[in-house]
Formats: sequence, structure tokens, C-alpha cells
Amino acid sequence: MATRTIAGKTVQVNDEGFMTNPAEWTKEIAVELAKEEGIEELTEQHWKVIDFCRQAGMSSGKAPTLRQITTGTGLSTKELFALFPKGPAKKVARISGLGKPEGCV
Amino acid sequence: MKKLVILGAGTAGTMAANRLSRVLNTSEWEITLVDPNPVHYYQPGFLFIPFGIYKKEDAFKPKQAFIPRGGKLIQTAVEEILPTQNRVRLANGETLSYDYLIIATGTDIYPEETPGLAEHEWGKSIHTFYSLDSAVALADALRNWKGGRLVVNVVENPIKCPVAPLEFLFLADWYFTQRGIRDRVELIYATPLPGAFTKPIASRLLGDTLEKRRIRVEPEFMIMEVNPDAKKIVSYDEREVEYDLLVSIPLNKGAEVIGRSGLGDELNYVPTDKHTLLAEGYDNIFVLGDATNVPASKAGATAHYEVDTLAENFPRYVQGKPLEPLFDGHANCFVETGFGKGMLLDFNYNTEPLPGTYPLPFVGPFSLLKESVINHWGKLGFRWMYWNILMKGLPIPFLPAQMSMVGKQKVN
Repeated sequence: MATRTIAGKTVQVNDEGFMTNPAEWTKEIAVELAKEEGIEELTEQHWKVIDFCRQAGMSSGKAPTLRQITTGTGLSTKELFALFPKGPAKKVARISGLGKPEGCV
Repeated sequence: MKKLVILGAGTAGTMAANRLSRVLNTSEWEITLVDPNPVHYYQPGFLFIPFGIYKKEDAFKPKQAFIPRGGKLIQTAVEEILPTQNRVRLANGETLSYDYLIIATGTDIYPEETPGLAEHEWGKSIHTFYSLDSAVALADALRNWKGGRLVVNVVENPIKCPVAPLEFLFLADWYFTQRGIRDRVELIYATPLPGAFTKPIASRLLGDTLEKRRIRVEPEFMIMEVNPDAKKIVSYDEREVEYDLLVSIPLNKGAEVIGRSGLGDELNYVPTDKHTLLAEGYDNIFVLGDATNVPASKAGATAHYEVDTLAENFPRYVQGKPLEPLFDGHANCFVETGFGKGMLLDFNYNTEPLPGTYPLPFVGPFSLLKESVINHWGKLGFRWMYWNILMKGLPIPFLPAQMSMVGKQKVN
């Protein structure tokens, strides 16, 4: 398993740059990862989504689905795509230090 | 008499009734199943119908034939579950009280939740194979099709039988090759996931499976709407995919009675302890099969292994002993890959599908995560096993409930 240093902290990551230990995540890391995803500034709305995903991810052990995010935050799918363009489920998962959304195979 | 009420007499509910009637003292227990539909579908068969491999009559039997001796099936819908009163209110006016409740109400498709999907083109240029009648209609459509672009789209996960869309594409590749029109058919898989295979080892071993079959993947495609007149699907990030024939796997949701009774999550699945299968917040309600929110595959094999663990846990539990965390998320599935071959997957919550042999090391006879003719026969032979062994609550030899690493290869 590879490691890398994000926002001054060394964390474990997989081949695709997803953190593999959600407990190593910090808010500073989220800011850096968001920049890598092309989101220069995290607004209050962004944080609402990230906070929800952190909560959901820590209790279930996996990244929430888009529907869980829209139900949990009250934001519409359209709004999520505006906040995290092109693939919010995967982007939010990476920024929140959770694994990539995946199927069974 | 103690009362066990089982809501849903499909795969999970029927197996649970039969298994528990074998391990409980039937002079002390009254087992009642409730289900509005008298027909028991062999759902794995739906996949074969569009390609003429199975006919409609190959995929169902009456539910009544699989009710255990001494058990009872009430054919009506459930209006409301009243968990604080240990009662269930039925559509026929009856109210059932229970000591223990098993929820096995499954999952169903909701095509009307995607704009444009279930409108005037539904059943014409837009199809699904997730119900018996729709699979039969799709068989007619495919038989008369002259070629063009066929798009398979998964609306949203989780879905029942997560590999079925891929199997459909593999079988379509075979079917159109056999009909001699493969060159006139374009196959596209539009999925909300980042790819057709997402687990690292499967991706590495099977990554080129689609390319070899000339199936194009449109990844991370979250459908927003269908434009049935222009014949295109549109994603939230404004990508458009045109089709001549759309095969949709519509939104899957749990039973509406779960939501009405305040027992469901955002998709009407019941929050369930993933190792004991007890409904969260209740000590006398178990949830089995597709109705749970546990992070396992929604598949008959999962339901089967869940029932195995419940058959071990339940008799102890009703005598006041604690539940053991027996369910490990185990699932296995035969994956049809076309041209008379199939693949087998075996995995659980923690172990992704790995290569090897199954169930016996070296001997198999089935090979894991690899195509073989035997796997295909395994899938076809499974129908007999479903009706004659699984639905009657008999155990399968050599198959423990928990996943085993025996026969699996370590891959780095």
C-alpha cells in the first residue's frame, strides 16, 4: 500500500489516490484533495455534503450513494453535480477520505 | 403456540419458512406466510428469456407448492407493520399478531421514477428484463430487431443481481453473433459506477472482457431522464447517449409497506444488523434477502446463506441465548458470459471475488473468476437445485454458509 503526504500529513492511499484509512482524514486534507478535483474553494454547501459523507462513511464503512447524500443533505442531484462536477459520488468519496464507490465485482 | 409471521413468500421467505419448520418444534410453532402474489418466480431465469434460452413457463411455479407442512400462506398484501404492538395489518382486513416477524418483502423496479422511461415508448423501444412479462416482451423485440444501437443502462445502485446487466450484454453479443447480425449491432453499457468491474482483482483479470466482445462502457453515467422521442438517455452531467433499443434496469426500491410502517431507509430497505440480521432497534424482527440494507449483493445466494445462519441462530435465540454474528455477507453467482460458457464468483463482506476452484480445491468442478463450459452448465443446472433443494429448505452438501478461502488463489 502506497503512502503520500497531503496537507503535511502522511496517509495511506490506493493506486487511484483514494485514501484507504478514513481515520487519517482531516479537513485540511479535504481542502487539498478538492483542489486536485478542480474545486478551488470549498463553500458551506460543499462542507454540508462532506460532513454528511464522513458521518455516513464512518458508520457504514463505505462511501454513501448519491441518493443517500441527497436524502441526507436535502440537496438535489442536480445541485450535487453543480457542486462536484462530473461524478459527485466518486469525487465526494475521494475528498471525504472514503473508498471509491464500487459494485460486487 | 408461538407465532412466526413471514412477510413475503419469494426466494428468501420461502426458504426461511421451510428451513425453520425443519429446525423448530412444529407442535410449538405456527408459521404463517403473507404474500399478495400467488406466483413464485424463478428470477435467475428472467435473464435467459429475452434470448429464447428459456420460455415464460420455465420461470415460475405456484407459491402454494412450497409452503411447509403445517405452515400457512395468506394471499393478501400487507397494509402496515406495527412493530411496537407485534402486529401486522393486512389488506384483507385481518390483523395478525406475532412473537417473531421475518421481513422478506424483497425489492422491485420503479421505472416511473425516471422521467421519460415508462411512458409511450415503454415496451416498444424501451425495455427491461427485471420482471417475467417484460422479459417476454423483450424476447419479442429482440427477435424482430434488425440491428442498431442497444444500450443497457443501470439507473441507480443497489440493484437486484448486480451482475445481470453485464450478463445480458455478454448473452446479447452471443445472440447477435449467432443470428449473423453482430456487425450491425452496437452494444453499450451505461453504468453509474466507475467501470464495468470495480473490484481491483476482477478489474485486472477481466478488464478486457468487454473490449474483446466489442461492448463499449459509458462509466459514471447517472441518468437524469430519457428522451423517448429523440431516443436518447441524458445524464446529470449532460452527456447524451443515443439508442435504438434501450434495456433499462430501473430504480430498485424495497416494498412500500416498509416505508409506510416507518421501518425503511431512503430506498425502503430495512436497516439491519449485517451479521445477525436483526432489524435495528427491534429484538423480534429479522430481515432477509433483498429487503435488508446490509452491504451484501441483492441475490438469491445471499438470501440462501442468510437463511443458513438464521436456521442456526433462531432456535437458540428463542430460548434466550444470544445471537451469534454468523452472516459474513457471503454470495456466489454464476455469470453467463455467452457462447456456452460462464464464470463463477464467490465473495463476502471482506473478500473480493478471487480466482481459483469451487467448492473443492483443484477439483472444482467450477472455476472462479474465469470462463468455463462447466460453469455454464452449473448455471443451467441450478434451476433444478433451486426448486428441489433450496426452496424445500434442504441444505446443499459441501456448501457451508460462511465463505471459505479453500480453493482460492492469493493474488497480489
